[in-house]
Amino acid sequence: MDLRVRALETVLTQKGYIDPAALDALIDTYQTKIGPRNGARVVAKAWSAPAFADWLASDATAAIASLGFTGRQGEHMVAVFNDADQHHMVVCTLCSCYPWPVLGLPPTWYKSAPYRSRAVRDPRGVLADFGVQLPDATAIRVWDSTAELRYLVIPRRPEGAEGWSEEQLADLVTRDSMIGTGLARAPGSAA
Amino acid sequence: MSYLSHADLGGRDMPGAIVPEAEDDLFHGDWEPRALALVLAMGATGSWNIDASRSARETLPDYERLSYYQIWLAAMEKLMAERGQMQPDEIEAGRMLHPPASVKRVLKAADVPQVLAKGSPTERPATAPARFAVGQQVRTRAAHVDHHTRLPGYTQGKLGRIERINGMHVFADANAQGRGEAPQWLYTVCFDGQALWGDEARPGLTVSIDAWESYLEPANP
Repeated sequence: MDLRVRALETVLTQKGYIDPAALDALIDTYQTKIGPRNGARVVAKAWSAPAFADWLASDATAAIASLGFTGRQGEHMVAVFNDADQHHMVVCTLCSCYPWPVLGLPPTWYKSAPYRSRAVRDPRGVLADFGVQLPDATAIRVWDSTAELRYLVIPRRPEGAEGWSEEQLADLVTRDSMIGTGLARAPGSAA
Repeated sequence: MSYLSHADLGGRDMPGAIVPEAEDDLFHGDWEPRALALVLAMGATGSWNIDASRSARETLPDYERLSYYQIWLAAMEKLMAERGQMQPDEIEAGRMLHPPASVKRVLKAADVPQVLAKGSPTERPATAPARFAVGQQVRTRAAHVDHHTRLPGYTQGKLGRIERINGMHVFADANAQGRGEAPQWLYTVCFDGQALWGDEARPGLTVSIDAWESYLEPANP
């Protein structure tokens, strides 16, 4: 694939369709600026500030934009909140729709056939693959991203982090917990 | 001609394991970030829309054998060939063999942050009242359509209920075919697990999709 991609880049550059410096800027953006730490900041703020959580629930696009995260593949955001009664999980069975401004590029498993086929049918089996077991009484809601709405799961705040700053709380928020295939880390557990 | 998507995977029996991945494990091979950037940069030329792009990907005959970035590249090559922008012999040669076609715009490095931050919103001003109300029971279209669509197979002909009304949005089916944006009301529709999977469904499962108005009919007309 390396040769083919290099050939493509050469041809498209010679034709004047692309600027190679723009490719570098795009790659740098998704390697260093746009990733799941953005989403972790949103979650930590929602845990810390009830007014922000309310805003997130009523207009997630605006609330998330207030932290500077907007745009491509996150134009229309919806935040869904886990609690003791209901757990949320996000999938795109038709392709790989994913909220890029807050989570960055999707992991390989999110784009894979096993996840896309099973998430809507056997989400508890999928959770088990991630080492997560929920109480039988917890309802599961799966959001299949079939249009241009993008979903961010707000995981439950773990016990034992009372009084923590937003920065400290953000460290507990894993990418998978914001897709709904994981839970936030407990304080003191390994990163 | 019959349109066939190879990407409609919900509920199917697909082999293989789900392999969790570390957060910083972004790319698998040096070519993947270049492939990502090439596809984003060509998308920014305005030569096709995202729905046409998804349609080109899901109809690749070898979709199930390709990795995701391979799918992206193959679909981009197909779209460019259709538009006379590049031909396969040029990839083989590794250089331009045919004169370039014109593109609407070229993405410059300095513009990358603002282009990404702006994105491409799909909501449009409402031009008609919404046909359905929150809480209403609806049935999804059962028939196969001969073009790109965003109604997953596992939700076809099923009973659901309207949970949210999300404004009017560019209609993917029309936009993918080059028939314009033709905005329609977009609804979040919930299905009980039992309605989708019968007795196999675990109690407490609800699945939702986002469905354009023409995918839906009242359950009790």
